[in-house]
Amino acid sequence: MARRARRILPGYGLTLGLTWFYLGLLVIIPLSSLFLKTFTMSWDQFWSTVASARALAAYRLTFSASLVAALINAVFGLLVAWVLVRYRFPGKALVDALVDLPFALPTAVAGLTLTALYSSNGWYGRYLEAAGIHVAFTSIGVAVALTFIGLPFVVRTVQPVLEDIDADVEEAAATLGATPWETFTRVIFPSILPALLSGFTLALARALGEYGSVVFISGNMPMRTEIAPLLIITQLEQYDYAGATAIAVVMLTASFTLLLAVNLLQRWSRRRLETRPS
Amino acid sequence: MPTVSTGVRSQRSRTHSLLLLAALVPLLHGCSKPGTESSEAVTLLNVSYDPTREFYEEFNAAFVKQWEAKSGKKLSIKQSHGGSGKQARAVIDGLEADVVTLALAYDVDMLHDKADLIPKNWQTRLETNSAPYTSTIVFVVRKGNPKGLRDWEDLIQPGVSVITPNPKTSGGARWNYLAAWGHALRKEGGDETKAQEFITRLFRNVPVLDSGARGATTTFAERGLGDVLLAWENEALLLTEEVGKERFEIIVPSESILAEPPVTVVDKNVDKRGTRAVAEAYLKHLYSDEGQEIAAKHHYRPRSQAIAAKHASHFPSVKLFTIDEAFGGWRKAQQAHFDDGGIFDRIYAPKSQ
Repeated sequence: MARRARRILPGYGLTLGLTWFYLGLLVIIPLSSLFLKTFTMSWDQFWSTVASARALAAYRLTFSASLVAALINAVFGLLVAWVLVRYRFPGKALVDALVDLPFALPTAVAGLTLTALYSSNGWYGRYLEAAGIHVAFTSIGVAVALTFIGLPFVVRTVQPVLEDIDADVEEAAATLGATPWETFTRVIFPSILPALLSGFTLALARALGEYGSVVFISGNMPMRTEIAPLLIITQLEQYDYAGATAIAVVMLTASFTLLLAVNLLQRWSRRRLETRPS
Repeated sequence: MPTVSTGVRSQRSRTHSLLLLAALVPLLHGCSKPGTESSEAVTLLNVSYDPTREFYEEFNAAFVKQWEAKSGKKLSIKQSHGGSGKQARAVIDGLEADVVTLALAYDVDMLHDKADLIPKNWQTRLETNSAPYTSTIVFVVRKGNPKGLRDWEDLIQPGVSVITPNPKTSGGARWNYLAAWGHALRKEGGDETKAQEFITRLFRNVPVLDSGARGATTTFAERGLGDVLLAWENEALLLTEEVGKERFEIIVPSESILAEPPVTVVDKNVDKRGTRAVAEAYLKHLYSDEGQEIAAKHHYRPRSQAIAAKHASHFPSVKLFTIDEAFGGWRKAQQAHFDDGGIFDRIYAPKSQ
């Protein structure tokens, strides 16, 4: 009682309890049941399902395409956020609203639309294929779809942080003799790096689990353009529930490790920012 | 930070509507439960696969009219459509279907194997393997048939591009694959190695494996990919007659497989809900002249000889083999060809490339 009184606002115990309950109900229990399901398999069964050549090819594609997509979004999302915060231009409100659209669009619609654009008779595809670049039904197509669905994350995480940086800081840097490039790399970039990393993480996480939009554009060829979530559906079509969860568990573990690593990196960059001598 | 709130808000409202939906689903589900015996309206749920939507809309209206006149009770029939395997899993996971009308017997078998909802011998309970209407696998080619594709052998020639969905994820695509295999096997006098060679060459000509039949149709018709689309006859007729007769034509190969989409009452559910009598009458009505006529109208081959004769011009005669003759039934076919490590996987195994 006495300890709790030290907090200014009451409710620590209640909110923390609710948080655990909520996360337990929504995340921990469903995910544990997923892990439990795989225990119905023998180790050999598990291993032959999750480590087949086909599964390995699918993980490779899923993770590499998701990384590429998240990196593209980190670069261009930062650019979009920069333009939206720093400049006033006609149609700005429209551009701002457009950024959120990939959130709202059902992913299957996104997949169908992208496939129509990039296939050999589509608006982009006909020129790209003339130049010898095949996008639809290749791994490039997978990355394109994942880039599309991940667009809003980086913009929306970086934007508020950029807004909070006062112009004085830049002016101060300039008066102290910093070139524009130095101002950006040594003053602005370190302050937005944590936000950029969380945007990158969100885009990456979203891409790793994406199914709906990708199956239309990837062509689903075994060993070449098959994503891991499709393999899960494949297992389900054989009524192999345990096999499906086995692949899901591998995906989940790998994703969790990756996300944890990025989160640690983000914390480290934030701490570095806070402890930096100013 | 005004801008961030727009993003969060749109996300939040999406979450809200999802939560709302999640809350409503059991409610809706609850609504369909009562009304078992009393004078309240009886409801039936028919869980079916994708291309039967229009067919069952018309058939349900016909059956309701007939049933209400006979019994004096209100009846309403709900239908649910989706990929055949996905629909079967929904029923296994607890969707209270009174009847299922799916694309292949293997999916219905799983209602017995995985959840014991129906007896093992379900397929013998109605005539003709519990498949009141049938179809077969045909070729859809571009107008004028520029590559001159007439039969299965033409599909394995170099430079021919074949569109078929992935048999691992699409029940319909399994019929395509089995039609090709069955033909090759019979032609080679039962030599499995030669049949496997044939199917490998066929799938080398497949540039894209869509996850479902409708996706494959889109790839072929809208994206302009491929010289030939392997499709169920009813889907092919729908595509050519209702979408683009001037763009596509149908080629019927010398022989093909008899696709039997089966139907059954889901015993556990009808007994729980007290709907067995009406569910059984519903399926029987599929075999009636009226049911057979509606099936023919929606491009399924009727089982009734008399009705089939009336529509003979619509359904060209083709030598048909059944899955039991060629493969010894669905379970064997599934295990040998489509399960992990089966023949289909071996086509794409790295060492054979």
